[in-house]
Amino acid sequence: MKNRSLSFWLFLTPTLVALALVVFIPMLEGLFYSFTDWDGLSFTKMVGFQNYITLLHDKAFVNAFWFTVAFVIVTVIALNVIGLGLALLVTQKFKGSNFLRTVFFMPNMIGGLILGFIWQFIFTQGFSALGSALHAGWLENWLTTENTGFWGLVIVTVWQMSGYIMIIYIAYLQNISQEIIEAAEIDGASAWQRFTKITFPMIAPAFTVCMFLTLSNGFKIYDQNLSLTGGGPYNSTQMLAMDIVNTAYNASNFSLAEAKAIVFFIIVAAISLIQVFYNRKREVDL
Amino acid sequence: MSKKSTHLIAVLGALVGLLWLFPFYMIVTNSFKTPKGIFASVLALPHPSTGRNYVNSFKALHFIGSLTNSLIITVCGVLLIILCSSMAAYALQRNHSKLSGALLLLFISSMLIPFQSVMIPLTANFGSVHALNMWGLMFMYLGFDCSLSIFLYQGTLSSIPFAMDEAAEMEGASRWQIFYKVIFPMLSPMTVTVAILNIIAIWNDYLLPSLVLPQAQYTIPLQMFNFFGEYTKQWHLALAGITLSIIPVILFYLAAQKWIIKGVTDGAVK
Repeated sequence: MKNRSLSFWLFLTPTLVALALVVFIPMLEGLFYSFTDWDGLSFTKMVGFQNYITLLHDKAFVNAFWFTVAFVIVTVIALNVIGLGLALLVTQKFKGSNFLRTVFFMPNMIGGLILGFIWQFIFTQGFSALGSALHAGWLENWLTTENTGFWGLVIVTVWQMSGYIMIIYIAYLQNISQEIIEAAEIDGASAWQRFTKITFPMIAPAFTVCMFLTLSNGFKIYDQNLSLTGGGPYNSTQMLAMDIVNTAYNASNFSLAEAKAIVFFIIVAAISLIQVFYNRKREVDL
Repeated sequence: MSKKSTHLIAVLGALVGLLWLFPFYMIVTNSFKTPKGIFASVLALPHPSTGRNYVNSFKALHFIGSLTNSLIITVCGVLLIILCSSMAAYALQRNHSKLSGALLLLFISSMLIPFQSVMIPLTANFGSVHALNMWGLMFMYLGFDCSLSIFLYQGTLSSIPFAMDEAAEMEGASRWQIFYKVIFPMLSPMTVTVAILNIIAIWNDYLLPSLVLPQAQYTIPLQMFNFFGEYTKQWHLALAGITLSIIPVILFYLAAQKWIIKGVTDGAVK
């Protein structure tokens, strides 16, 4: 199709218009408003970097930032270890391995909001029942402290996303030819040697894919946060996305929320760009 | 592998599987209990069991209405995304100029932008033209989700030889006919992937619809959130509501599992 042909533009119009109106124009407006005293409807003056300076001293934002960073570090490690573990488990030949795949992936179909509600019941009711039955005090009063709220969010995320990560690892595991494994077996390699010397190097690309996927997902989590802890107690378990929503729609501080949203964009975009460059480099190296 | 270690792995698998299913056991069994039954023991099977919780939460959730809204928004939104993104991908892939390269890069770069970074001006703008309703929402989904879909379609299109287009053109087909009758059917495997990814995302979405939809058009997640706020201390009703709201998803998953797994893998790996 030629650039100047009418059909070229007709085919592209719906998506280009939607992309402009839904993503790019609001993004640019938001960038502009972050330098003003916008109240959601209008603004009176430009304020320079004032909102960005305020944000650096904003306790809620700084706390949300470090809480999110800690959450991301823990979930990236946990999801990759457990996801790979599940993938290795269900790719063994035994009765019921297909059924297990179905089970492990199932939580991923359910939205984060409902997952949070499900686990709220388990943490507050189920855990305390287990705790009193086993006389284990640490199982009681979950979600009432920052610490239990943190681990609660980690558990929900691991339960939800491990199956997803598992599927990606399975896709790479199935690409490894059985002949190489059998040849190594004949040469006398132990199961551990086969895993570290053959399987692990061959699924290294999957590790990159999964790491960046869990990394950027972790930063963007909102629904689970809202329904599991609601950010409480006292906003101590509030993550970045939730802090932005609350600054805008609860505190009605729209220009500050915009500045936070721009910082949020820079963090998330940086992660994705590092991934793109990393992948390029790897492809060149190969 | 020896027989003994196969057994050992099967046992390990069963244990991990049970651990994974435990939350489902908890919500389903407790949803059939009376408040007293839950108080007595959350771990036991329901005794005596009751179906009343379902009747009550079915009404409180306006289940038929919210299910209908969820279905309309998901189905129409996904059809819109499939149609528009496959058209755009076709135009971009069959045009080998700097312009189409730049446009593709524009689409891909939009995937870097997180939702929270655009939501405030976006909802303000749509509000000012009275488009905060399910039709406006579908259009927003097109804007947010077309990029990944175009990217996925592009990959498949490059494997369809240009000779197909030329043959149809020789027989006098218009550009639209070539696309609709020749190219689009050949894209079906990717269309399934695009559909699956968008169905899961749109069906479960909470934040965007909560900012856009009026109460009469509430979807299942929005209705759940309201419902939960009212019944937090009444777990017997809340759990019946949760179970009701995940039944459609589980049925869809069990029916289309093969395509779902393929779609999710394609979406992540490509």
